[in-house]
Amino acid sequence: MYNDKVLEAFKNPKNVGAMENADAEGTVGNASCGDIMKIYLKIENDVIIDAKFETFGCAAAIASSSTATEMIIGKTLDEALKIKNSDVIEKLEGLPPQKIHCSVLAEEAIKEAIQNYRAKKA
Amino acid sequence: MRVYLDHSATTATDKRVIEKMLPYFSEIYGNASSQHTFGVDAAKAVENARIQVAKALNASPNEIYFTSGGTESDNMALRGVVDAHGKKGRHVITTSIEHHAIIETCKMLEKQGVEVTYLTPDKSGIVSVEKVKEAMREDTILVSVMTANSEIGSIQPIKEIGALCRERKILFHTDAVQAIGNISVDVKRDNIDLLSLSAHKFYGPKGVGVIYIRNGVKVSRFMIGGEQERKMRAGTYNTPGIVGAGEAITLACADIEGHAKHLSTLRNHLAKRIVEEIPFCSINGTMDNDKRLPGNLNVTFDFIEGESILLMLDMAGIAASSGSACSSGSLEPSHVLLSIGVPAERAHGSIRFTLGRDNDLEQIDYTVDKLKETVERLRAISPLFKTVEGEKKNV
Repeated sequence: MYNDKVLEAFKNPKNVGAMENADAEGTVGNASCGDIMKIYLKIENDVIIDAKFETFGCAAAIASSSTATEMIIGKTLDEALKIKNSDVIEKLEGLPPQKIHCSVLAEEAIKEAIQNYRAKKA
Repeated sequence: MRVYLDHSATTATDKRVIEKMLPYFSEIYGNASSQHTFGVDAAKAVENARIQVAKALNASPNEIYFTSGGTESDNMALRGVVDAHGKKGRHVITTSIEHHAIIETCKMLEKQGVEVTYLTPDKSGIVSVEKVKEAMREDTILVSVMTANSEIGSIQPIKEIGALCRERKILFHTDAVQAIGNISVDVKRDNIDLLSLSAHKFYGPKGVGVIYIRNGVKVSRFMIGGEQERKMRAGTYNTPGIVGAGEAITLACADIEGHAKHLSTLRNHLAKRIVEEIPFCSINGTMDNDKRLPGNLNVTFDFIEGESILLMLDMAGIAASSGSACSSGSLEPSHVLLSIGVPAERAHGSIRFTLGRDNDLEQIDYTVDKLKETVERLRAISPLFKTVEGEKKNV
């Protein structure tokens, strides 16, 4: 059902765990739907210098979280905001149709974290 | 190590069964409906299998009809009864924990104007006779309650429900797909009018099922075409499959007690170790040996999701199944777990282990060891687990 890339990201996810003193956090999803994604960001001069995640969810959700954190490290906040779920899918070389929403969660979690950060700053 | 713990999904075909089937592919390959010797020899084999199935169920051979599997048998029972008895009434009683073959067929019948009552079980997954009684109406024509549930293994009081139906002159169908070979089923003792079974669940081949229809019970024909199965089910006889089904049910019912003892011993060991060694988990359904299929265990692991557990176990060579939405392709978690009151977020984290005759203690211990690692790894990733741990620390 999953391609090797997704399975590898699920098996050996990058940037796993909570982040001490994160500059921003974003949580999306809910437990009754079977998916919760939490993204932590370390931000310096509007650049994401580190990202971590915690996810309750299926293999696609975990793989999407891992990939999304890898994609945003080193990007400016504006650049990170431009990341679409389709970019996450592309990096994973495809997700099964019923798992597309997992990549959407990753996009939303990034946006949520950045919005929280900007709201806090403002 | 490879460990198969998904026997409710399907079983490996018994080698003795395959041996019996083999000649019917390219030696005795005649169409069982043909009049020449090629066909007559095949027909003999089909009739022998019919006797074997009848014997296992305590039925008469002329009450046994071969189908393509449990799903077809369920369809035939429900649609055939509603069609034949529609003038008498349009009300059907079933349960909320039936297989999709029953539930989806009922939904289709509802669109055709049939009223269906879906009874919910208690927490242990059992639907009481009293509930069935309360739901019965003047226009009830059929009650369909499964013999045992596939997900949580709960065994239904079919004998008592059957007796009640007989008393009220309402037909009683039971989907016995998960039960055959694991618990004793006797159509006379259990007051059954119609029964579905599927050969591949008890070490027989895939693609063969049976519907038992008690003599005198009127059911409309389902598959339209030739005159096979006394015009009840058209289609060329699947001779090798039917032969396999007959052999498999004979073998599976030869020593149900011994088989059940083997499974329940291993299952109870698996349950005990999981509950003792993995925190924040709970068994779904009853652990009363008499009320649960011997090889079934269903466990919820809090804070993590079933499909992830499943895949990680698979990477360790262990095959199980999950009641999470993610593994089914739908958005809803298991309708069975929701029916017994498991909240959606916990249903997502459920895993079903169904044991079979080739499993041994070493495999079960290996499974628990890998399961512990898996649960620990996934909880380390889960934002929910940390919250709970944090709360614990705060207390």
